[in-house]
Amino acid sequence: MTTHIGDSVWSEPGLEPFHIAGRTFSSRLIVGTGKYPDNASMQAALDASGAEVVTVAVRRERLINERGESLLDAIDTDRYTILPNTAGCFSAEDAVRVARLGRDILEQLGNPGASWVKLEVLGEKKTLLPDPLGTLEACRELVADGFEVLCYTSDDPIMAERIKDAGAASVMPAGSPIGSGQGVLNRNNIVLILEKLKGEDPTYPVIVDAGVGTASDVTIAMETGADGVLLNTGIAHASDPLVMAHAMRHACVAGRQAYKAGRIAKRLYATASSPWEGAISYIPGE
Amino acid sequence: MKIEVNGKTEERADGMTVRVLLEEHGLAASPCAVEVNRSLVSHRQHESHTLRDGDVVEIVTLVGGG
Repeated sequence: MTTHIGDSVWSEPGLEPFHIAGRTFSSRLIVGTGKYPDNASMQAALDASGAEVVTVAVRRERLINERGESLLDAIDTDRYTILPNTAGCFSAEDAVRVARLGRDILEQLGNPGASWVKLEVLGEKKTLLPDPLGTLEACRELVADGFEVLCYTSDDPIMAERIKDAGAASVMPAGSPIGSGQGVLNRNNIVLILEKLKGEDPTYPVIVDAGVGTASDVTIAMETGADGVLLNTGIAHASDPLVMAHAMRHACVAGRQAYKAGRIAKRLYATASSPWEGAISYIPGE
Repeated sequence: MKIEVNGKTEERADGMTVRVLLEEHGLAASPCAVEVNRSLVSHRQHESHTLRDGDVVEIVTLVGGG
């Protein structure tokens, strides 16, 4: 069995446990299970990513099964916390229905993700941008119904604050549109969200969700101070998903460590790394 | 009675329970969730919940997603 990332990174400095919705993880990467050509390649990518939380969708049971492959046959429900999403919902009412259906399945499986939901209420199919009003309405209703709501939203700082105030367990701003691979388009907004949500509540988890195209996108989000990154397409549609899953794992760890380490300030001019004192060369201007 | 299951009309025995409907679809052992007329019927109630003529049933499961 492959060594779990959780075992190998503990020895590295700067990687404290990740607390979210009453649970504790070592990995800060949450990955989706969609868009893989088959279950075997998905399993290998999940394993390589080091993720301990994986997202899934709720869909109609095919009453005549086309491939005979069930997602749940391929996911070790003892290993992963399963985070059901409400992807494909365009109204608060539908999102609440889907969340309840997902919870009912995970309760049967005894999975700790049973009370969790990745809430998405979409505004339109083309951009998959969230409908802020529907998102807020559904968030309130699901929180009242006992859910731990991990809430997908745009990178709007005021909206992020409203969602936190509505009781979401985590606010998950999009770096860029879902599946677009454009990375974090407005880093300033992510900085503002982190400041607003974590300023007086530093343990409140903010996860950058959506838009990740490659490893550096994950690192940028983590360096900015996000508590985690959620991605799917960046791995699943890479030319080699398995190698990209490794890259994303390293990128997440590297970004977190860089954030904890504290980067140097940017300066306009150079500062020499080697001492001037004792230089035997001619130095212009001296 | 006629009920709609995942968008298709089916002729089923009067008074059928959700549990029996799942069994007849070969889903008795599959992790799935059921709603009737847009309201969840918890797995704890599958055996007791009786379907009625005209009910609209959705049977869902978990699939890959992000």
